[in-house]
Amino acid sequence: MSAPAGAPHPHAAASARIPPRLGAPAPAGPGPRYQNGPAQNQMQFPPGYGLHPQGYGVPSGLYSQGPGKSTPLPLESQYGTDYYSGHYTVPTQNVTLAPGPSTMNMQLGSQQVYGRGPLAPQTVGSTPGSFPGSVASSASHLHTGRPQPYSSFDNHYNSPVIPSANSSIASQGFPLTSGHYAMSTASGAVYPSVSYPSVPAGDPYGQVFTSQSTSVITQFKENSFPGQNTAISHPQQQQQQQQQQQQQQQQSPMGYNTSSWATPGLQSTQDNLTQNHIGSLATVGNPSSADSSSCPGKQNIQLPKTSSAPPTVSSGSVSARKQPTTDQATNPVVSGIQPPELLLQEGMQYGGYVNNQASSAPTPSSSTSDDEEEEEEDEEAAIDSSSTTSSASPVPNSFDVLEGGTYPGETMDTLSSSTSSPAPALSVPQATKPAKPFGYGYPTLQPGYQNVGLGSGTQPSNPAYSGFQQYAQYPGMNQLSSSLSGLSLQHSSQQPESLRPVNLTQDRNILPVTPVLAPVPNLSSDLKKLNCNPHSFRCTLTNIPQTQALLNKAKLPLGLLLHPFRDLTQLPVITSSTIVRCRSCRTYINPFVSFIDQRRWKCNLCYRVNDVPEEFMYNPLIRSYGEPHKRPEVQNSTVEFIASSDYMLRPPQPAVYLFVLDVSHNAVEAGYLTIVCQSLLENLDKLPGDSRTRIGFITFDSTVHFYNLQEGLSQPQMLIVSDIDDIFLPTPDSLLVNLHESKELIKDLLNALPNMFTYTRETHSALGPALQAAFKLMSPTGGRVSVFQTQLPSLGAGLLQSREDPNQRSSTKVVQHLGPATDFYKKLALDCSGQQTAVDLFLLSSQYSDLASLACMSKYSAGCIYYYPSFHHTHNPSQAEKLQKDLKRYLTRKIGFEAVMRIRCTKGLSIHTFHGNFFVRSTDLLSLANINPDAGFAVQMSIEENLTDTSLVCFQTALLYTSSKGERRIRVHTLCLPVVSSLADVYAGVDVQAAICLLANMAVDRSISSSLSDARDALVNAVVDSLSAYSQTSSNSQQSALIAPTSLKLFPLYVLALLKQKAFRTGTSTRLDDRVFAMCQMKCQPLIHLMKIIHPNLYRIDKLTDEGAIHVNDRIVPQPPLQKLSAEKLTREGAFLMDAGSVIYIWIGKSCDNNFIKDVLGYPDYASVPPKLTHLPELDTLYSERTRSFLSWLIDNRPLSPVLHVIKDESPAKTDFFQHLVEDRTEAAFSYYEFLLHVQQQICK
Amino acid sequence: MEAVVFIFSLIDGCALIFLSVYFIITLSDLECDYINARSCCSKLNKWVVPKLTGHTIVPILMLISLHWFIFLLNLPVATWNIYQFIMVPSGNMGVFDPTEIHNQGQLKTHMKEAMIKLGFHLLCFFMYLYSMILALINDLTWKEMLKLGVLHYSEQLRSQK
Repeated sequence: MSAPAGAPHPHAAASARIPPRLGAPAPAGPGPRYQNGPAQNQMQFPPGYGLHPQGYGVPSGLYSQGPGKSTPLPLESQYGTDYYSGHYTVPTQNVTLAPGPSTMNMQLGSQQVYGRGPLAPQTVGSTPGSFPGSVASSASHLHTGRPQPYSSFDNHYNSPVIPSANSSIASQGFPLTSGHYAMSTASGAVYPSVSYPSVPAGDPYGQVFTSQSTSVITQFKENSFPGQNTAISHPQQQQQQQQQQQQQQQQSPMGYNTSSWATPGLQSTQDNLTQNHIGSLATVGNPSSADSSSCPGKQNIQLPKTSSAPPTVSSGSVSARKQPTTDQATNPVVSGIQPPELLLQEGMQYGGYVNNQASSAPTPSSSTSDDEEEEEEDEEAAIDSSSTTSSASPVPNSFDVLEGGTYPGETMDTLSSSTSSPAPALSVPQATKPAKPFGYGYPTLQPGYQNVGLGSGTQPSNPAYSGFQQYAQYPGMNQLSSSLSGLSLQHSSQQPESLRPVNLTQDRNILPVTPVLAPVPNLSSDLKKLNCNPHSFRCTLTNIPQTQALLNKAKLPLGLLLHPFRDLTQLPVITSSTIVRCRSCRTYINPFVSFIDQRRWKCNLCYRVNDVPEEFMYNPLIRSYGEPHKRPEVQNSTVEFIASSDYMLRPPQPAVYLFVLDVSHNAVEAGYLTIVCQSLLENLDKLPGDSRTRIGFITFDSTVHFYNLQEGLSQPQMLIVSDIDDIFLPTPDSLLVNLHESKELIKDLLNALPNMFTYTRETHSALGPALQAAFKLMSPTGGRVSVFQTQLPSLGAGLLQSREDPNQRSSTKVVQHLGPATDFYKKLALDCSGQQTAVDLFLLSSQYSDLASLACMSKYSAGCIYYYPSFHHTHNPSQAEKLQKDLKRYLTRKIGFEAVMRIRCTKGLSIHTFHGNFFVRSTDLLSLANINPDAGFAVQMSIEENLTDTSLVCFQTALLYTSSKGERRIRVHTLCLPVVSSLADVYAGVDVQAAICLLANMAVDRSISSSLSDARDALVNAVVDSLSAYSQTSSNSQQSALIAPTSLKLFPLYVLALLKQKAFRTGTSTRLDDRVFAMCQMKCQPLIHLMKIIHPNLYRIDKLTDEGAIHVNDRIVPQPPLQKLSAEKLTREGAFLMDAGSVIYIWIGKSCDNNFIKDVLGYPDYASVPPKLTHLPELDTLYSERTRSFLSWLIDNRPLSPVLHVIKDESPAKTDFFQHLVEDRTEAAFSYYEFLLHVQQQICK
Repeated sequence: MEAVVFIFSLIDGCALIFLSVYFIITLSDLECDYINARSCCSKLNKWVVPKLTGHTIVPILMLISLHWFIFLLNLPVATWNIYQFIMVPSGNMGVFDPTEIHNQGQLKTHMKEAMIKLGFHLLCFFMYLYSMILALINDLTWKEMLKLGVLHYSEQLRSQK
């Protein structure tokens, strides 16, 4: 803000955009939507509100706008009124009480009053009273935070909102609410004034209404209340204080809003009466004008048309604004004048808005000059701020707390200009960050970095390090500030934080010390609570852009990442004869639909109004009638229905398992049979299934062997079919047998199998015919085929040639043969898929086996792929152990048969590409012969129609499957996300991990359809495009620096990590099968596992302490900080643990502390540690206990138990470990810093 | 001779028009979910080679009969078809692959292509028709026409006069 006065249009615009993010991070979501919604499509939104009373509390302000427009819909309007009525009453109270504590609230209130509700508080007695009240209420909501909205939840319709838990005033308001209720319902106008005034009792400002003119000083006072104001307002105020000039305000739109808001509060505090009067006057003026435009009777007058007009108005207001700071009285007058103008131009809502802007005059003017889009953004920003106040007070509060006023200010500053005028406390840390001195050191450091090589821990010596440490302080600062502020609700910090610009080339320590969490969508707190768990359902952009054009501008991929069948500890299962679904789009009822009245609900995907069936009115959980919104379907975003026979094409199939085992010489030599048979024997009783479970075995070499296990036989009968060109089933009935009836025979077979082929001389493998036989065997029922293959198929249909040229393994140019060589396996997979059979492939080969072709059998039949390179039961014990563990999980995990999955999304969005293992049967129907809990999916979406008339979009995944118990079930996940119209908001909501995973999927497709180098270029371009697009939007003065918003700061790092993955790396020797397998994993691993593969977690474990430890099941689990993946972090004196998903490495430095080796590894010194160690002994020492509890905590968090490798510094296995250090340079790839420079170069081009 | 070439082209054009319409119908069936991707693709892949042949024959004929304009007009389309056919990855089940047709808007691309081809074939059809008539008129001498009976009646009339 240092440059405020100078700030030209662009700055103003930028600031305008920013404010919504910063100030309204959490609330902004709801707020903006609402406003948009009401203005544009009131109809749609209101219903949603109805459903979620909680949400209402926040949105109410918005609604109020909506009502004006929405009035046409009587039902909705009524509801809305009801909801709001509570709010309304509150406002009235506020008016009387007049103490509006929070500036933010004040602002909101003021906005509403001015813009929307012309009515003065005084008028409140009738309809007008509601307005002011509403305003106040909004404020209160903010302050009080979530609790209030919830309370409202219970009684959507009648109950007054209890929002003002904090403020005594609010409580007073309640009684009134009832009266208001009637009022509100009666008059559509009521809606507009939705804002909830739960102003803290202490706040003198309560009456915010008039609020146009604010004295800066008063604002400051308000600021002093940490919780109350949104972060944005504070910083601005602070800035204002510093500058003490109105001009500053003008420069930053945010500041304007805030200031204006604050001012109202001050005014209110000083003279409630005067303010009220003023407000009334203004409102009156507005109403009259408003009436002409909108509904006359209604105070709300939200002008439906959200015109860009505000800027013009604002200009006028600007002057006014300055005055207000000086004299409140003058301000009111001004406001009164302004409103009419506003009305004329835009509409009541805008008017309010305008006023704010007017205070921040410069921005408005700029906005006027700017494009319509920008204007819209400004509006949104204003809206956001208002919304934030109204809806998610907690978030803003937290923001303040966390960041202190400074952060927002900083962001503002940084965006507008590099200089920052942060709040005092925070300012210091921030200052350090911007301080580039360290950055300078960076380049120099870099070389040393890499040189450091194997962990010489010379970090401290480098100057850069010092910078580093300072950085490290950063988080600490946040914590400090948060703890100081204390009051704030924690969530929110992310949003504002997510836009803070980060100079990538200078900020060496961008990797957070704790694992990166999924960003929380910017929704109202109640919607947030209801939203789907990010582990099951994530979107790359948690703020969905309104138009495809906006999405294109952001240059970010839009898509979903799904893990639909994940193991859940808690899942509501609903047994109901009627499953309530939308009649037109077949969406399942979910928490984000809106109830128009008790009898009807509106689909949130296609907006069709449906009837609520009679049965749905009764809630079996609480045994009450007439509360459909309390049904579990509407209270949980993840539910499972027991489906009726309508959902079956045939009776549910039994669980059927067929094992197809390679018994050629190669396979016997590798010795996998023993492990498989042993695992099967152990887990035979744990196979998921019921009394109908069937099982069968096929073995093959150059012929195909079947096993007759018919009950009553004394021993298993082996049947050999040597006619592999025309395979047939020797005895169709007795090859797949009931597990329970023939258990003895099966056990006999499993015991005999490993030794039956010991002396085989057969080296050929007739995999194709064996698969055809398996298909024939399975097609009557469907089920799961597990194929174990150890070499290239060499006989019969589907035989393959070796395509790999070992000399090309490290080629940097062209990598060929990533696609299948034949369509045999694909056709077979599609046939299998059609018969509900999935083929899972276990490839245990020591040589090239053309996984690219073989994988097709699993890819398109929804199977899974396991690959054990150079498997040998004795020579490679770690692979044997891995197979054992994988098999245990594989055999006992949950399984769903004959499944289909459909992904629906709100009208306007369309899914155009799917990633994962399945067959896309029709446009949006994925055919999954089997579904397992370890399967992840991804889809790419495009925006086909503008989402301008909606503020929320929803995505619903419905997975219909037959459980192993023969039950037909539907698992439904619903995700709800806000829609935003500004680019800044889009960047604020980026989920970088999801984006990376989606990019990885896209890159796999690209490298198969085009070429690997194309895919690599595309990955780099993704970074270049998105960062350059961001730097253009932020209009940052530091053009030379590589700037990314915090939400994207890890993007380049992750992309670099992707480029160094086996799947995409070039120049490093990579076997084709390894590469293809890595690609398969990218396609079918769920996000959390994939992220560990892409970017492993590195911890230092030789000095584990209990500091910050968490308690899990009575065990203390230490939480060491994450280290960045660089050899720079490794020291000879330390021991490090790397969690790379399916493998965990423990690397021990040469001069590692002997105590650690003794206590944890159980060896006297470093030299005596064996080179291949895969277990930690259970020693009775503190260190050992800590290490083991940490390790087991890591392992427990994933379904596949990883293999542990203890690696000594000089052991040859260390290359496996060091290849994961993605920030370092390799012979063929950039270091992280070089990569950044490369990106920067590309951007500057 | 000229006429024969064009008569053949005309028939070929007709067949290609019908084929294009068939492609469009099948693809839109898939779009509307009346048939599944597997059967749709196997249906369409069956006709890819005949279509390709039909496309290639015309330019070859035109080249032989030295109709440069029509040859050049057909050449790019034929080339595109051959290219498409050759470039099918070894693992795919044909030009239309059921596992990919729903991805990356392939269905829409195929649909667009079929539409454009339909338009092109219609254009060609009328061109062949016109050329055929022209060629017929040019080819046939009066006597031949008389032999064929085309001018039979008028001749009679003239003789009567």
